[in-house]
Amino acid sequence: MGRTLAEKVWDDHVVRRAEGEPDLLYIDLHLLHEVTSPQAFDGLRKNGRTVRRTDLTIATEDHNTPTLDIDKPIADPVSRTQLETLRRNCADFGVRLHPLGDDEQGVVHVVGPQLGLTQPGMTVVCGDSHTSTHGAFGALAFGIGTSQVEHVLATQTLPMAPFRTMAVTVTGELPDGVTAKDLILAIIARIGTGGGQGYVIEYRGEAIEKLSMEARMTICNMSIEAGARAGMIAPDETTFAYLDGRDHAPTGPDRDAAVSYWRTLRTDDDAVFDHEVVIDATELAPFVTWGTNPGQGLPLSGSVPDPASFADAGERLAAEKALEYMGLSAGQPLRDIAVDTVFVGSCTNGRIEDLRAAASVIEGRSVADGVRMLVVPGSVRVALQAVAEGLDKVFTAAGAEWRHAGCSMCLGMNPDQLAPGERSASTSNRNFEGRQGKGGRTHLVSPQVAAASAVTGRLASPADLDVSDAALPAGV
Amino acid sequence: MEAFTTHTGRAVPLRRGNVDTDQIIPAHWLKKVTRDGFEDGLFEAWRKDPGFALNLPEYAGATVLVAGKDFGTGSSREHAVWALQNYGFKAVISARFADIFRGNSLKNGLLTVVLPQAAVDTLWQLTESDPATEVTVDLVAREVRAGATFRESFELDENARWRLLEGLDDISLTLREEDSIAAYEASRPTFKPRTLTA
Ligand code: SF4
Repeated sequence: MGRTLAEKVWDDHVVRRAEGEPDLLYIDLHLLHEVTSPQAFDGLRKNGRTVRRTDLTIATEDHNTPTLDIDKPIADPVSRTQLETLRRNCADFGVRLHPLGDDEQGVVHVVGPQLGLTQPGMTVVCGDSHTSTHGAFGALAFGIGTSQVEHVLATQTLPMAPFRTMAVTVTGELPDGVTAKDLILAIIARIGTGGGQGYVIEYRGEAIEKLSMEARMTICNMSIEAGARAGMIAPDETTFAYLDGRDHAPTGPDRDAAVSYWRTLRTDDDAVFDHEVVIDATELAPFVTWGTNPGQGLPLSGSVPDPASFADAGERLAAEKALEYMGLSAGQPLRDIAVDTVFVGSCTNGRIEDLRAAASVIEGRSVADGVRMLVVPGSVRVALQAVAEGLDKVFTAAGAEWRHAGCSMCLGMNPDQLAPGERSASTSNRNFEGRQGKGGRTHLVSPQVAAASAVTGRLASPADLDVSDAALPAGV
Repeated sequence: MEAFTTHTGRAVPLRRGNVDTDQIIPAHWLKKVTRDGFEDGLFEAWRKDPGFALNLPEYAGATVLVAGKDFGTGSSREHAVWALQNYGFKAVISARFADIFRGNSLKNGLLTVVLPQAAVDTLWQLTESDPATEVTVDLVAREVRAGATFRESFELDENARWRLLEGLDDISLTLREEDSIAAYEASRPTFKPRTLTA
């Protein structure tokens, strides 16, 4: 019987297999950041161990880093200590680090791919659940806990029990104005936040094949929001072209060898998935969340649902609690929801294409009175590219704040937070209670919807703006 | 991980059930960057009460905690185990532990011993009437002994017991596969990327 993409990558990394024991898997790339690594390095020290493969390990600072005044000492002593600890650990153990102020610094899941370190057929881990992002390259990439971080540092392997496999096939083409973010929000709404539990999801079908690498990363990034361990997309010409020319991409004969291997990384025709879901891309529209988990989303043209409309008692209760927390009432049109803050950034939507998309909507327009718009590039490289294209000027001319790279308001570990009761349209990935600041209310949206919402001060799509603007697609 | 064969020390009776991980170590301690230094956070809220068992001078230096049923419920934070160890505990005895807490404890070499509630009651009485009572937790013989007469055997799955006796954590076990890992590494394609360029 044939094998799925995920099974092929898994099989190629088995170091040791024994009856009744988990497989020992080899890890090709280990990404580190300041929050989940300190105790792991501590464990190495305590046991007199070293990092087995510093040449397969890389660290960056992202969660705690400020996005303003980065040349000044970090005000919060706890955040400062976490960053200083990472710096000391990397220096002591010989791990490559891109600290605040470095040209390669940025959100860990933006940095790996842009350096060309994330490649098809690899196993990639990080003490961070959004490691699933790297699956966009046909890599098997998943988040791990601090004990496992230590395990990988010491051994470059992990004992793992196999995952189940799920196919999400997206047929047809996405309509104009509908983005990867809308698609993944629709997928999560469909399968539920727990629907992917225990699975590696492979996204496939015409709509997926047509996506750019950055859009594919947006999709795989949010696999974890459906409860899945990982998301994957089979590598193809789009993948190979994205990698060419990047710092760590193979060249010459190595490239030929790599590409011929990468071409084998496709689910066999006769392979069987444990579960399959089919989504019709042509029926999709801009999608936003109304609740406090990423599965609570609807097309922007819809209204806040009535909790009583949920058949499942658990979902009904969750919806009631969500409406209460979000300060919304059933039946309210989503387009009427006013926002105080717009956040464009994160490992979901903080790459150059995302900034271009937001800039194209806001160019020549202004951020509505009373609305604060933060644009936070996912990495310094993204920021430099955006500046080279003049996007920073587009944002600041519209009244948005152009910030330094990092996780920022995605989780508000740095000073970028929502005040209690404040409401955001955010391109990030989690709308959990308090995620962006205590009492803050989050609506997950695409970069285009974020920019349009900044202009109107309410949840909006570009089509809701000046409809005479010929540059905008009709009928969205 | 340190091997655990047998341990003898004085014990603290903690007459509470359902001790959750939030009680063992409150969330604000999770900002720390080490596995050490959690001892002051251990049972932080309860320790504000001077009458709390851990505050009584007669139990100072005790290394065995005898707790009520369902110890370690709640979140998966490994910090709960670290806090108990940092404080000086080598073993915790209870009639039932939460699964995740138990997994974490065995990973870190903190022995969690399940005894029937009647045995826990006896240990509470013994250690309350004479706080100098020494309790022995013997993993080799799989039994707990205390005072002149208390002797109670316990179960622990063979694999976990073996790892504790040998002082093996997952990492030590994997390091035994050095040959397989090295062989795998030797066969990795040269096109795979490296973060460091020599
Ligand atoms: S951007 Fe957000 S989701 Fe991504 S790594 Fe940072 S905090 Fe996590």
